Amino acid sequence: MSFIEFKNISKAFGPLQVLTEVDLSIEQGEVVVLIGPSGSGKSTLLRCINGLEMITGGDLVVDGLSVHAGKKTLREIRQEAGMVFQQFNLFPQMTTLQNVALGPRKVRGVAKAEAEKQAQELLDKVGLSDKGEHYPAELSGGQQQRVAIARALAVKPKVMLFDEPTSALDPELKQEVLNVMLQLAKEGMTMVVVTHEMSFAKQVGTRLIFMEHGKIAVDDDPRTVIDTPPNPRMKDFLSHVE
Amino acid sequence: MQVDWSIMFDFIPQLIAGAKVTIYITVLGLIGGIILGVIAGLMRAYSGKILNAIDFTYIELIRGTPIVVQVMFLYFVLPVLADIRIDPMSAAVLAIVVNAGAYIAEIVRGAFLSIHKGLTEAGLAIGMPHWQVLLYIVGPLAFRRLIPPLGNQFIVSLKDTSLFIVIGVGELTRTGQEIMAANFRAVEIWTAVAICYLIMTGTMTIALRAVEKRMKIL
Ligand SMILES: Nc1ncnc2c1ncn2[C@@H]1O[C@H](COP(=O)(O)OP(=O)(O)OP(=O)(O)O)[C@@H](O)[C@H]1O
Ligand SMILES: [Mg+2]
Repeated sequence: MSFIEFKNISKAFGPLQVLTEVDLSIEQGEVVVLIGPSGSGKSTLLRCINGLEMITGGDLVVDGLSVHAGKKTLREIRQEAGMVFQQFNLFPQMTTLQNVALGPRKVRGVAKAEAEKQAQELLDKVGLSDKGEHYPAELSGGQQQRVAIARALAVKPKVMLFDEPTSALDPELKQEVLNVMLQLAKEGMTMVVVTHEMSFAKQVGTRLIFMEHGKIAVDDDPRTVIDTPPNPRMKDFLSHVE
Repeated sequence: MQVDWSIMFDFIPQLIAGAKVTIYITVLGLIGGIILGVIAGLMRAYSGKILNAIDFTYIELIRGTPIVVQVMFLYFVLPVLADIRIDPMSAAVLAIVVNAGAYIAEIVRGAFLSIHKGLTEAGLAIGMPHWQVLLYIVGPLAFRRLIPPLGNQFIVSLKDTSLFIVIGVGELTRTGQEIMAANFRAVEIWTAVAICYLIMTGTMTIALRAVEKRMKIL
């Protein structure tokens, strides 16, 4: 079985059908880039993986764990799937070090000193060695997003989910976040990334998925399809993002 | 009769005794009210349909009736309907618990729900159970927003104790009335009573401001 498997899944919000009978398999080590027009269901697809949205049909299995298997299993899935949000969502009352250390302490049961030591190492990794004692409000957007990546990594996930991680950032701050993501991809992290950064997709993407009306319209090698889109609407879409 | 302000000082011991009863009812009532309010507020915000409906009914019953009627129920109606007899003091404390509890529940619910949903999602996404997210992330943020409206409720509840004059509890207002009945010094007595209330509410306000100042709203 694949590492992440969508088995004929559907998702509706009340009467609104957002994902329709999606089948998708993702293997470990893949970097899957999701693109598509606004409202096509990219965020929803991503959020179904860690159960922030519950699928309304079919089954979704992450590392052998089904999202239907109850709360405890869902928490296990979430420990295996770190998530990075467009709006960072750092905990404002905690320092960056505390933000990063919280997950390991509460979820993995790591002692405070050890958790903070690991948190510092992760802050080093994302280039924020000296920001541990700062509060999120004292950091730039790019710095906050790098802390958010460190926070997700702290729980030692096997896959990282990114939902438009650079969309809320000024152009000059995007690159520092993308660099961290490129680094992660090169280290072999499995990643599912909703982004409009086609350069990222070309550099490290192993697959590019174009979504349309809650369905996967194109699923192929990024370098091939970005240069020659197989679908007129994808061509149109790409001409708008680049 | 001429107004003689110096006479106010003669009532001080009696007024202090009355104020003590007022403080006693307020403090006990608010401790209970906070506990009840936090439970009811979190239930309103996060529980399933049935608990939520029970909770909603409680809050609306209390908010829709005057506190005087509520204490009358506790003191005069419960003995008849349920054969539960309580003394005036307990009825007064209980009335504050039940009454403040309903308002505090709405304050708690509002404060928790005002915290950006993304933070809850971020907590859940690292694998924390919902109760931990509420305890470590949402709770501390909500607490900061809770303080101003909670302070308001404290002051309202303190002043509400004056209404327990209707069941004969010897709190500050009733003390004032008793002194009045003996010497008819309306101006001096009600001025003194008002000053006593102002001292108590003023102390509360200053204490709450101090707490508020130490906590940044995030
Ligand atoms: N919680 C929700 N309740 C109701 N409808 C929702 C909810 N979340 C998303 N939707 C709807 O589902 C559809 C797909 O939303 P989704 O956020 O997945 O799109 P998206 O592809 O990520 O779009 P964008 O590029 O704008 O982020 C939209 O029509 C949206 O309005
Ligand atoms: Mg989206």
